[in-house]
Amino acid sequence: MNERIIGQVKRVNGPVIIARGIKDAMMLELVRVGEVRLVGEIIKLEGDTAVIQVYEDTTSLAPGDNIYGSGMPLSVELGPGLIGTIYDGIQRPLEKILDISTHFIERGIELPSLDRSKKWHFIPATVKTGADVSAGMVLGTVQETERVLHKIMVPPEISGKLVMLAPEGEYTIEEVIAEVEHDKKKIPLSMLQRWSIRKQRPAAKRLPPDIPLITGQRVIDTLFPLAKGGTVAIPGGFGTGKTMTQHAIAKWCDAEIIVYIGCGERGNEMTDVLTEFPHLVDPRTGKSLMERTILIANTSNMPVSAREASIYTGVTLAEYYRDMGYNVAVMADSTSRWAEALRELSGRMEEMPAEEGFPAYLPTRIAEFYERAGHMVTLSGEKGSVSIIGAVSPPGGDFSEPVTQHTKRFVRCFWGLDRQLANARHYPAISWLDSYSEYLLDVSPWWEQHAGPSWTTDRAEMMELLQREVRLLQVVKLVGPDALPDSQRFVLEVCSLFKNAFLQQNAFDDVDRYSSVEKQMKMLTIILTYWRRGQEAVRRGVTLVKLKRMKVLQDVVKMKFSISNEDAAAFDKLIARLERGLDQLESIYV
Amino acid sequence: MSDQKKIFDAQRRLQAGKEYIGVHRIDGPLVFIEKTHPVGYRELVECVDAEGKVRLGMVLDTSDSVVVAQIFEGTQGLTMPGTNVRFRGKPLELGVSRKMLGRVFNGIGLPKDGGPEPLADKYCDVNGKPINPTARAYPKDFIQTGISVIDGMNTLIRGQKLPIFSGNGLPHNELAAQIARQAKIRGGETNFAVVFAAMGVKHDVAQFFINSFEHTGVLENVALFLSLADDPSIERLITPRTALTLAEHLAFDHGMHVLVIMTDMANYCESLREISTIRGEIPSRKGYPGYLYSDLAELYERSGMIKGFPGSITQLPILTMPNDDISHPIPDLTGYITEGQIVFEREMHGRNIYPPVAGLPSLSRLMKDGIGKGMTRDDHPHLASQLFAAYSYVKDVRNLASVIGEEELTPLDHQYLEFGEFFERNFVSQKMNEDRTIEETLNLGWEALKKLPVEELHRVTDEEIDRYYHGA
Repeated sequence: MNERIIGQVKRVNGPVIIARGIKDAMMLELVRVGEVRLVGEIIKLEGDTAVIQVYEDTTSLAPGDNIYGSGMPLSVELGPGLIGTIYDGIQRPLEKILDISTHFIERGIELPSLDRSKKWHFIPATVKTGADVSAGMVLGTVQETERVLHKIMVPPEISGKLVMLAPEGEYTIEEVIAEVEHDKKKIPLSMLQRWSIRKQRPAAKRLPPDIPLITGQRVIDTLFPLAKGGTVAIPGGFGTGKTMTQHAIAKWCDAEIIVYIGCGERGNEMTDVLTEFPHLVDPRTGKSLMERTILIANTSNMPVSAREASIYTGVTLAEYYRDMGYNVAVMADSTSRWAEALRELSGRMEEMPAEEGFPAYLPTRIAEFYERAGHMVTLSGEKGSVSIIGAVSPPGGDFSEPVTQHTKRFVRCFWGLDRQLANARHYPAISWLDSYSEYLLDVSPWWEQHAGPSWTTDRAEMMELLQREVRLLQVVKLVGPDALPDSQRFVLEVCSLFKNAFLQQNAFDDVDRYSSVEKQMKMLTIILTYWRRGQEAVRRGVTLVKLKRMKVLQDVVKMKFSISNEDAAAFDKLIARLERGLDQLESIYV
Repeated sequence: MSDQKKIFDAQRRLQAGKEYIGVHRIDGPLVFIEKTHPVGYRELVECVDAEGKVRLGMVLDTSDSVVVAQIFEGTQGLTMPGTNVRFRGKPLELGVSRKMLGRVFNGIGLPKDGGPEPLADKYCDVNGKPINPTARAYPKDFIQTGISVIDGMNTLIRGQKLPIFSGNGLPHNELAAQIARQAKIRGGETNFAVVFAAMGVKHDVAQFFINSFEHTGVLENVALFLSLADDPSIERLITPRTALTLAEHLAFDHGMHVLVIMTDMANYCESLREISTIRGEIPSRKGYPGYLYSDLAELYERSGMIKGFPGSITQLPILTMPNDDISHPIPDLTGYITEGQIVFEREMHGRNIYPPVAGLPSLSRLMKDGIGKGMTRDDHPHLASQLFAAYSYVKDVRNLASVIGEEELTPLDHQYLEFGEFFERNFVSQKMNEDRTIEETLNLGWEALKKLPVEELHRVTDEEIDRYYHGA
C-alpha cells in the first residue's frame, strides 16, 4: 500500500475529526489518523479541509496529528476463510485480536481480515487457457467448510483472455492462481478480492421473489412468509423478542449462508451465538450451524462509527456469497442502532437535522441498504439471493417513530412484535394483526406445490378467524363471554387453540424449535378440521362444553412438542382420532 | 514508525507540564481555553483556582483555536483572571487497589472518609475499553437472591446487568440492599465485593446503604463512590466510570465476584443532558443528546465474565422512571442495553406488596440458560412459563371484571382471580429480611398453581403435574 501523509488534524470532537491542509485525498478514502493509526474514512471534502469519521475511540488525538491516506476506499477482503469467523464492524478478526492483545479491544490494531498463511486446496474449473473469461466466472473451487464450497470467481469489472490457470494444489489466498490478459495487460488473480463496502456488487438481473425462505417458525412461514431475496423488518420494544426471533431464523432457516450482524447490541448476545451455534446441528445437512455463519459484532460499547459501517460490511459479504449462487440471509440486529449512529455522526458534523434529530438523508440510506437484497441471476448465470431481516428498536415501542416508518416504506414484509404477547410470554410475539407480507402472492404457488393445493385457502380461512376473534373480544370486553351464542364462542375457542397449539413456538424445545413445511401444513389442517367440523356440530346442537372437553384436544395442544417433523403418520392418526371424536359427538344429535 | 511514535510521545510529555494563565470563557461546568499547544481529546485537565486548589476535568472538544474542558468538581468560585489550567497529556486515570474496599470516595475517586489516599496497585483509564466479544464467557451461574419473584420468575445470573425500574417513593433501595445482603451462589465460594456508585442521591439514601452494609457486617467488602445531590452535577458523569474501573480491577485482577449497584441512573442522564445543552448539541428525544444510548452502553456493557478469569461483574443499576413512564428515554434506552429489567408497580406498592415487582413487564434475558436441571430444579423453566401465562390471564380477567362486575365472570375466571390473589400475596410478597431458598420459591409457585384446574396447565409436562401438582 502506498501510504502518504494527506493532512493534519484540525479539530477533534468525538468520532468526527476535521482535517486541514488536505491536498490530494479521495472521497470515502480509507485513512489512518495519528501515530496510533486509528482507522477512519473521509466523508466530506471542502477546500483544503476534510471531515473524517474515525472507527475507533479518538481519546488523546490532538490537533496537528498526521493523517495518512491509503489510496483506496474502505473495503472488505473476500476469499476463503470468511465462514465461521467473527469480525468487528470494519472486518477485523476479533478472535485474532484476542490472540495478540488482551480481553479488551486495544486501539490501532492492524490485522488482515483473512489468514494470509493458511493454505487452501484449490481445484481449477474446466476453463481452458486461452478462453475468454468475464466478470463473475468461476475459475475454481475451494472446500471452505464441510458444507460450503467456495467458488473462486473473476472479480467484477475484470474480463479478458485467460492466459494461466493454476493446477490443483494448496495455495494461500495471495498466491496467483490465474492470469487474465486484457488490452495486452496481464492481470494476476489470487483467491483474495477486495470490494468497497458502500457499493453494491453487480449481478446479471433480478428475478421475482417466488421461493419462500423457510424459517421453521410457524407464524412466519404460514402466516407472513418471507421470500428468498426479500426484505423484512422486525420492530419491537425491548424485551419483545427481536433478538430471539433473529436467532431462531439464523439457526433454522433454509439459507445456505448466514451473515449475522450484531449492530450496537449486547456483547453477551454475540457470545451466546458464538457458544451456541457450533453445537447446533443444521436439520438439513446434519452439519454444525457455525459452518455456514459469519458474525459481525459491533456491540453497543464499541465505537459508534464502526457501527455505521458494520451493516455495509455484512451485506457486502452476503453479496459475495450470493455471486457464488448461494441463498444468503442477512440478520441486522438492530438497524435502529445504525440509524442512531448516523444521527450521532450527523450531529457531530453539525448538519441540519430533520425528524427527531435524524439527518434528512436517513430514508435514502435505509432504501439503499434494503435494495441490496434480491433474488438474482449472478454474473456467472447461477441463481442466488440475499434476504435481509432487519430488526428495528423503536423508542418506547412506538412504531410511529422515523426509523420504523421509513423502514416500512422500503421493506415488503413486516413482523410487528407485540408487547402484550411478550408480557404473556407468547413467543414469537409476532402480532397477527399488525404484521403483513407482500410476498404472499409470490410464494403461494410454491406452497401449494410443496405443502398442498389448499394452502392458500386454508391460510386465508385461519387469518379471517383471527380477525373475527378481535371483533368478538371487543364484545366480550363489554358484556362478558356468556352473552355470546355458542357458535361465536366456538370461534374464540378455536382461535385460542390456534394460538396455543400453532402460533406459540418454544425456541428451546428440541422438537418444537423448528417445524418443517409438512408439519406446519398438517398442524394447520388439524386445527381447521376441528373448526369446520366443530362449527357444524354446534349447529346441530352439540354444546360448547362437550366440544371443549374432547380428550383428543389435549393431544392437539401438545402435538407441537410430541410429534417430530418426520412423523407424518402420527399426524394422520391424530386427525383420524379427532374425526372419530367429532363423529361420536354428532351421532348423538342427528 | 515506532521511532516516530517515540518522538511524538516525548513532545507530548514536554508540553504536558505547561500551565496556562487564565481561561477565556466559563459556561456552566465548561471552561474554554484559547491558543494552546495541541491538546488531546479526552485528556485530563487540572484547573487551579485562585486559592491554589486543583480541580480535575476532561477535554471535550479540541481544535487549533480553542479547547473545551468540563470540570468535574464544578466551576463555582472560578474567576476569569486567576484560574490557571494544566493539561496532563493523558486521560483521567484512577489508581486502583484492593485496599479501596471498606472505604468511601467521591465521584472522581478521592477519599471522602477522612482517611489517606490508598496506595494504588495500578492506574487505569476510567473510560474503560470495550471487551472483545470473543473473550466473554457466557454468564449462566444462578445467583440466589432469596427473593421469590426474582429467583423464580426473573432469575439473576452472575455477570448480568439487571436494572430496577422504579419510581419515586417506591422501595427500590430496600430491594437493592436486600439483594446485596442475601445474594449467594449455591454451594459457591464467597469471594465477593460490592461497589456502590451513588449519583445525585440524597444523604439519607447513601446513609441507608452504609447502615445496611454495616448491620450485616459486609462493609469491609464494599467500596462506596458518592456523588450526592448537593455535589456538582457534572461529577455524576464520572462517578459510575470510576466505580466500574475499580470493579474491573477487583473482578479481573483479583478474581472477585463484584456486584455493582448504581443509583440513580436518571440523575446521571440529567447531567448528561445538562452538558449537552450547554455545548449546544442537537437534541434528540426530550432534549437528551443523540448519543445517550451509546453513552449508557459504555457503562452497562462493563459487566460480565471473561474466559479464563475467575471473577465477574454483575450490575444492578437503579433508575427512577420520571412520572412512572417506562417509555421515557432513560428507562427505554436502558432496557435496550441491559439483560432484562425488574419493574416496580405503584399500584402493588399501594396494596402493601413488597417487593412491588410487576409480574409481566419484568424480565431476565439470561434466565433461560441459568435455570433448570442441574442449576436450579428441573421444573423451573416450565413452572416459570406457566406462572407467567396464568398471571397474564389474571390481568385480563381483572380488566374484564372491572367492566362487567365480578359476579358475571365464569367459574374458571373466579378460580383465576383466586390464583392471582394467592400469587401476589404469598409468592411475590415477602418480608424485607426473608431469605427463601429456590426450592421454597418453586414449591410456593406450585401451591399457587393448585388454585387452577389441571386442564389449564398447558406449559408444564404431565410428569411435572404428577410430581408437584398432585404430589406433596
